[in-house]
Amino acid sequence: MTDTSPLTEERIPAFVRGTRLQHDRVRDQWVVQAPEKAFLADPIAAEILRRVDGHTTLRAIIDDLATAFTASRDLIARDVQAMVQDLAERQVLIWKA
Amino acid sequence: MEGMTPPPPMSLLAELTHRCPLQCPYCSNPLALEPKARELSTEDWQRVLDEAAVLGVLQVHFSGGEPMARKDLPDLVRQASRAGLYTNLITSGVLLDRDSLGRLADAGLDHVQLSFQDVDPQQAEIIGGMKGAQSRKIAAARLIAEDGMPLTLNFVIHRLNAERVPAMFDLAEELGARRVEIAHTQYYGWGLKNRSALLPTRQQLEDTERAVAAARTRFGNRMAIDFVTPDYYADEPKPCMGGWGQRFLNVTPSGRVLPCHAAETIPGVTFPTVHDASLGDIWEKSELFGLFRGTDWMPEPCRGCDRREIDWGGCRCQALALTGHAEAADPVCQRSTDRKLVDAAITEAATATETFVYRRYGD
Repeated sequence: MTDTSPLTEERIPAFVRGTRLQHDRVRDQWVVQAPEKAFLADPIAAEILRRVDGHTTLRAIIDDLATAFTASRDLIARDVQAMVQDLAERQVLIWKA
Repeated sequence: MEGMTPPPPMSLLAELTHRCPLQCPYCSNPLALEPKARELSTEDWQRVLDEAAVLGVLQVHFSGGEPMARKDLPDLVRQASRAGLYTNLITSGVLLDRDSLGRLADAGLDHVQLSFQDVDPQQAEIIGGMKGAQSRKIAAARLIAEDGMPLTLNFVIHRLNAERVPAMFDLAEELGARRVEIAHTQYYGWGLKNRSALLPTRQQLEDTERAVAAARTRFGNRMAIDFVTPDYYADEPKPCMGGWGQRFLNVTPSGRVLPCHAAETIPGVTFPTVHDASLGDIWEKSELFGLFRGTDWMPEPCRGCDRREIDWGGCRCQALALTGHAEAADPVCQRSTDRKLVDAAITEAATATETFVYRRYGD
């Protein structure tokens, strides 16, 4: 079901059952494993998705990334929001809260 | 490609057994089914699954026959899961109950692909040849949805069920499936044997295309739809298996390692087995996997074609089955001098009667 409510940073994303982020050791890359397909997570997506554990709020994910990469929080917030929203629409992520 | 190490495969089709309670006349298994006595042991499969993970395989598809006919399926799922493989069960669902699903879920099974022969129970029975199969499949789908495991419904499409594609989407929605495969029959092995009875008309194909487009609009992102067309009506061949020996490997019940599930029809080559070498050695060094890898093997019209690295010459097994030459261009291609064979098959099917040769285990 498409969730159209506005994204506040209090929301908590999680991987939907049957979908997960995995490090592909052989090719040294991150992939999202999903029903009948595995797709590549680029380095930015991987950094975001590694922090998606079903407990951490968007706020904490964005804060953590801003610290780790000493980058503009606004810029990171925009990237994170866009990506999680897209993946939620594609049934990779769901909202725990 | 020659002399270069090929990139590692992405997925493994593990055909655990050819035993199956169903008798579908388009079965993807070879015409010569393997007896139970020749099936790999649990330990063999566990080793193969570990080798697959080390080689770079990301997803394993447990298939058959009916893979649930193997009592050790939960052990194999657990082994694959521990090795980091994404585990998919491709099943008819007729042997699935609450207990067996629970054991598979506990073992770490990620996803189930459940096959339906039709939405009409009588028609489904004509194809599957098993009384009561439809109600068992519906019950299986409900158990999977209740458990919360992601579910794909798979429908193989042919002349006798093509008109019910819209109802197939309704059933998928009702059962809570997240994905649906509307896959037209591919004509190798059993499908080729029964081609005249199965091949849809162009009108039927176009109706299914419209039904799929309507469902895409209706469901949006709620349901992923995988649509496979019958390549007989295409102008260009499909990139079979994403290219020979490039993304995919298949292990048969007795342990033969193949680049696709129909490859045992290729003449004059030794089929490597998991008893002789590791999956990695077979992938990288065997004659079979090198046979049609890349583009060096291609004769004309493929060699000089600007699509040679898009469709990789199409399907080798189809080229062999229809022209007698495995290295010929896939005859569905409009550039193939053998395209007339495909057109003749379409003409022949238009007036054929619907009599099936069933795929019966033990016949």
